[in-house]
Amino acid sequence: MPAKPKVPGLIKGLGVTMGTMFRTVKDGANTVQYPHEKETPPIRARGVIALREDNCTACMLCARSCPDWCIYIEGHKQLAPPRRAGGKPRQVNHLDRFDIDYALCMYCGICVEVCPFDALFWSPEYEYSEPRIADLLHDKTKLGEWMETVPEAPELEAGAAKK
Amino acid sequence: MTMLNERQQLSYIAAQAADARLNVELETEGMTLNIGPQHPATHGTLRIIARLDGEQVIWAEPVAGYMHRGYEKLTEVRTFPQVTTLINRIDWLGSFANEVPFILAAEQLMDIEAPPRAQYIRTIMFELSRIANVSLFLGDLGVQLGAITPVFMAFRDREYVLNLIEGATGGRFHPNFDRIGGLKDDLPKGWIDETKQVMKKLRQFCDEIEDLLFGNEIFQSRTRGVGIIPADIAKSYGMSGANLRASGVDWDLRRDQSLPMAWDKADFKVWTHPDGDSWARCWVRLQETREATKIVDQLVDSIPSGPVMAKVPRIIKVPEGEAWVSTENPLGEMGYYVVSKGDLGPFRVKIRSASFNNISITPWVLKGVYVPDIITILASLYFILGDIDR
Amino acid sequence: MSTLAFEIPYWGQSLLRVLGGIVAVLLPAGTIVYVFLFKMMSFMQSRLGPMEAGPYGSMQLLAEVGKWMQKEDLIPENADAKIYKIAPVIVLLSTFLLVVVVPFGPDAWFTNFQAGVFYALAIGSVSVIGILVAGWSSANKYSLLGGLRAAGQLIAYELPMVLAVVGVVIQAGSMNLQQIVVAQNTFEIFGWNGLGMPFVVTQFVGFLIFMIAVQAELTQAPFDMPIAESELVSGYMTEYSGFRFLIFFIGEFATAGVFAFIASVLFLGGWGIPFSWFGWETVDDVDDWMNIAGPGIMFAKMMLLVGIIMWVRFSYPRFREDQLQRFAWKVLIPISLLNIAVTAILKVAF
Repeated sequence: MPAKPKVPGLIKGLGVTMGTMFRTVKDGANTVQYPHEKETPPIRARGVIALREDNCTACMLCARSCPDWCIYIEGHKQLAPPRRAGGKPRQVNHLDRFDIDYALCMYCGICVEVCPFDALFWSPEYEYSEPRIADLLHDKTKLGEWMETVPEAPELEAGAAKK
Repeated sequence: MTMLNERQQLSYIAAQAADARLNVELETEGMTLNIGPQHPATHGTLRIIARLDGEQVIWAEPVAGYMHRGYEKLTEVRTFPQVTTLINRIDWLGSFANEVPFILAAEQLMDIEAPPRAQYIRTIMFELSRIANVSLFLGDLGVQLGAITPVFMAFRDREYVLNLIEGATGGRFHPNFDRIGGLKDDLPKGWIDETKQVMKKLRQFCDEIEDLLFGNEIFQSRTRGVGIIPADIAKSYGMSGANLRASGVDWDLRRDQSLPMAWDKADFKVWTHPDGDSWARCWVRLQETREATKIVDQLVDSIPSGPVMAKVPRIIKVPEGEAWVSTENPLGEMGYYVVSKGDLGPFRVKIRSASFNNISITPWVLKGVYVPDIITILASLYFILGDIDR
Repeated sequence: MSTLAFEIPYWGQSLLRVLGGIVAVLLPAGTIVYVFLFKMMSFMQSRLGPMEAGPYGSMQLLAEVGKWMQKEDLIPENADAKIYKIAPVIVLLSTFLLVVVVPFGPDAWFTNFQAGVFYALAIGSVSVIGILVAGWSSANKYSLLGGLRAAGQLIAYELPMVLAVVGVVIQAGSMNLQQIVVAQNTFEIFGWNGLGMPFVVTQFVGFLIFMIAVQAELTQAPFDMPIAESELVSGYMTEYSGFRFLIFFIGEFATAGVFAFIASVLFLGGWGIPFSWFGWETVDDVDDWMNIAGPGIMFAKMMLLVGIIMWVRFSYPRFREDQLQRFAWKVLIPISLLNIAVTAILKVAF
């Protein structure tokens, strides 16, 4: 260490703690008093998965790519009214069940990424803990409700390639 | 800086051995102390069986495997994109750094390379996860030695880094941001400016920790000359990372091998320390945290523009072959040996994690030390349980 | 003793003293826990600490007590149950016995021993027995190690503490704590007694040694080897739960308060203010209102000293057992012996 007039480390350490104390008194703590005030997570935060039911075609891609198989999908084929008047009725996949078990989910985001029809989105919402583990299984209505909390994707940093 | 010369080191080791031998010869009644599997010093479920004579250890052995999760086997039944999310959880404090060697190995097999912008961002994230990992070590070190305040400072300032990682990747602990051929997404706007401010704060944190803990005479007397590992022993036990550099071996994979990463674009110093004791290991880590903030600062300024994803087929099939890639992770050398048979997932993956090798030296280094020194040595060896047991 | 404005009967005085003793132990303990353990420590770690129970978290301690009282009183199967149960009581009792000699005002004392210093130092080491017994009877290796460490440490630091006090006793010329207070507040500097002289000025070395020894007696960091939560998992307290742990907890902070009281009597002038300000000559001249003001002054000094003890505790890592012993025997005891010699020489010289 460079030779300079040395303050004993013991005293310096006391200074650090005392300095932190005064800083806390003056500028406030670094912590947040949680239920009263909340931190806003970043836009990209992976809080909960929201489902836009209209876009989902029950193609099962998300359920298959999930590393711990926590997505349950059931659907059936049905005839929908034709797009144009006089056309033939279309055959579409109708979604009966879309459950995500958040007790199993690892929040990896592969399902959101793999969805070809933009039916799944990340929302930074995080307050959905439940006293019973079975209640963590969110069905499609509950997943649909999360759609309100989905933010716009953030702007990108300078130099990013346009998509 | 006082340096222990070789003579002093050898005499210390000899004295320890002599003490231990004497106690065995006198056949005093010993005691077996189980440190762990649940013990505050093992921060996880490592078990160390120690035969004690009074407060002196005459024999010690680590028992790993209480948290074995079988990642090597799990990867065989997952596809390549799914594996990244699993291996995130090996060293859970520096999780982004876990993804990189695996992705690099897969890229090597597929013969593609991430675009330069992705390489830069990968390197920045890698160093950020190093800071997140090692800054917790600096605080945890205090707790192990009885000082309670440093850990809160570490958590306070580590929070800024985690916020950065979360802001870019979406996950605080498990980013899962790396993709074969690049990254999942580009950086959000304003991230670079924030990063620079956070790096300033972290350098300040390093100074604070140095004043509060490293400068403290009690801390120095607890760590200096305790648990000396000479360079040849360290090498023969396969230690890596800061533990090896603290024994005076100048070996850093960031500098010594060429990977498609951006470390060669940054100018940084690889810190070593000749002593090889607990103090040296802690000190080297402190300097590494400082150095990492400098690397981030340099790289953030020079990120090239362009895409972050190379052209990769939508369904990834890795051609047949074998690849070994290792990087200098926060804990030491971490490598993946990936064998592919041309399927969606790897055929076999061997994970070389740093902590497992670092901890294997404990029977050697714990012989003859006192019980409080076990804690000092374990803390300074710095292992993460997930990294030992995988 | 001056006459009070109204006469309190003897039984009333006794009752007051008993109640006062309980207050003098528990009130500082509670205040120390809230002000220093909850708030100062939190602020030093840039957080706020408990905020929910009561205004600014001030009722947190009561909530904690309520929590501990509800918990099951666990006794390990192999423990020596009787001794195991008694151990925390011994620790707390030694605190109550210790506060007995502390004077809080000209008449506000519990007992006025002639050899108060001697008594205080003797009783101060009783808690070792409680800790040793707790460690031994828990039938736990960590507890045993903790108990043995505690015994070794407390015995080692008893000695510098005693030796540090000898300097004060020489200077005051009395072992009565009341007389030591009077001696400090009537101290003459070249015939002038306008300010008195707390012994911390003349006995600064003694004060430092005393405070270090107190830190070790209280097993606060950097001397918390016997508790050492990261290696011995709280040492002798490992197996205790519920209200027995609570008693240890109260005992720890009550003892801190009482030792700070004793230190402020010995070194900081106790309850007194310089007697010459009001023309008092001896302790009998002191006005009655000092019986009310005295405890307040003592409390303020106690908080100051405990503040320093806690500040050090929150900042430092702990010593290793052998370093700790070496520090006591090779550093503190020689210095305190030298201090005694110098004090004695100066006493004779002047």
